[in-house]
Amino acid sequence: MTDIAWIDAAISAARPQAIAALLRYFRNLDTAEEAFQEACLRALNHWTTNGPPRDPAAWLIFVARNFALDEARRGKRHESLTDEAAIPDTQTAETDMAERLDNAHYRDDILRLLFICCHPDLPSTQQIALALRIVSGLTVQEIARAFLVSESAMEQRITRAKRRVAAAQVPFEAPGAAERQERLQTVAAMIYLLFNEGYSASGGEVHVRVPLCEEAIRLARLLLRLFPGEPEIMGLTALLLLQHSRAAARLDENGQIVLLEDQDRSLWNRELINEGFALIEKALRHWRPGPYQIQAAIAAVHARAMKPEDTDWAEIDQLYGVLEQIQPSPVVTLNRAVAVSKVRGPAAALQLIEPLEPQLANYFHFYGVRGAFLVQLGRKQEARVDFDRAISLAHTAAEAAHIRMHIDRLMQEGQTSVAC
Amino acid sequence: MLYALLCYNSEAMVADWSPEKDKEVMAHHLAVERRLAEQGKVGPVVRLMPTTTATTIRSGRAPSVIDGPFAETKEQLLGFYLVDCDSLEEAIRVATELGIESGAMEIRPVMHFSDLSNPRGAVGEAAGGADGQNTQARGIQ
Repeated sequence: MTDIAWIDAAISAARPQAIAALLRYFRNLDTAEEAFQEACLRALNHWTTNGPPRDPAAWLIFVARNFALDEARRGKRHESLTDEAAIPDTQTAETDMAERLDNAHYRDDILRLLFICCHPDLPSTQQIALALRIVSGLTVQEIARAFLVSESAMEQRITRAKRRVAAAQVPFEAPGAAERQERLQTVAAMIYLLFNEGYSASGGEVHVRVPLCEEAIRLARLLLRLFPGEPEIMGLTALLLLQHSRAAARLDENGQIVLLEDQDRSLWNRELINEGFALIEKALRHWRPGPYQIQAAIAAVHARAMKPEDTDWAEIDQLYGVLEQIQPSPVVTLNRAVAVSKVRGPAAALQLIEPLEPQLANYFHFYGVRGAFLVQLGRKQEARVDFDRAISLAHTAAEAAHIRMHIDRLMQEGQTSVAC
Repeated sequence: MLYALLCYNSEAMVADWSPEKDKEVMAHHLAVERRLAEQGKVGPVVRLMPTTTATTIRSGRAPSVIDGPFAETKEQLLGFYLVDCDSLEEAIRVATELGIESGAMEIRPVMHFSDLSNPRGAVGEAAGGADGQNTQARGIQ
């Protein structure tokens, strides 16, 4: 007797490899998905009575492939499905299959699958939705809930993505070295976006969507297993682990945002932090710095500080300086300004971000951060204007509430100073 | 005789356990560990970080440092126990009790065991209940 939790874990772990291999055989996402679905149903029956197979992925691929071939032969006429008892000696066939599957196609299959989901013709929202559906195997309903759209809208989004992929005629052969590198970066970017979507939701009532973060971490780990020697993938995984380690401390019991310096650091997940440290340490040995590694290094500086006042802001300032050079962006500079305010004071920080306003005129965090600097400088009127603007740009209720708290504090301080 | 119980499983699968499932498995292991500790039969117990954090050094004219685990296999070494058992039979009983619901456990007799430093220094507070275990480890002959 094999327990359901085991089967569940075995199926979801086998899914990327199985779908990827089936896609290589059938070159059609729908066929691959349908066949895998069928194989899962049979696994549920077969494994519970006959015990677990030696290699769940190989078993699923074998059964799914046979099912799809049968379907094709039958020309989709509806007849009763073959009972898996009719498949002669699944164990032997599966063992055989497992030998051939070993490492030979594994990496390229999964990479191709991920890349298909990240096809450059697809907008990033469709990329993420497709990856969650195809690679992660979330249901349309789950994905719709995560993105706060209706199920039918999400269904449509995924169907449209699939159609585009089919029309784009993605090549199915193994990618060359240069192309593989390029694909890897696209996939990494998709995983990063997926995590961000979970880390600070782009809309709605819920500010943090833990399942999306967890799924992104799972995919990052998968990618790292496929490319164990890529420092940027180590950096990406480390970054996600370190950011996610704070999940339990980032919101209070009322769902309000708790700033880094006010967080209860005992709630930070030390296991994730230590794994992140181990990965970033390994990555830095390669001397090939990249944006993910540097962001992970910044997150690591925060994670290392047991108390907010222990934070090495000078190092954070330096790391952001490096990041500005390899990936110049006003958002990076804005983040650096926070470190600068700690090291050299709010006036220097304000000076750094003033020129960014035209580029960040619609960016919630710009006004939140500038407002905070202005408060520190005692320029309360101007701060109030920035906070009001931030509220109008807030994406989630938690963001708006957080700024409102700042304003309340400003008002109270205003009253006390008048009273004195 | 000292035996090392080496726990192998598919890392991808273990990573896909729900947090509840993971907790359940760990709680079960801890219960067995506690009982073994009371009998003075258990040494260090180690759960390893994922193989993605692993680094391997290969011999060669100039030894090379390689990212990743020692070998690409379907099942990875996820952790190990050191237990003191009277016989292989007993070691098999302990391993079975720890639970081999999936994956495998390899039982390897230990040839040499020394505990020169206090392993707690390296492990820190990470391992819950490490206190009792280490005292026991030193008690192992």
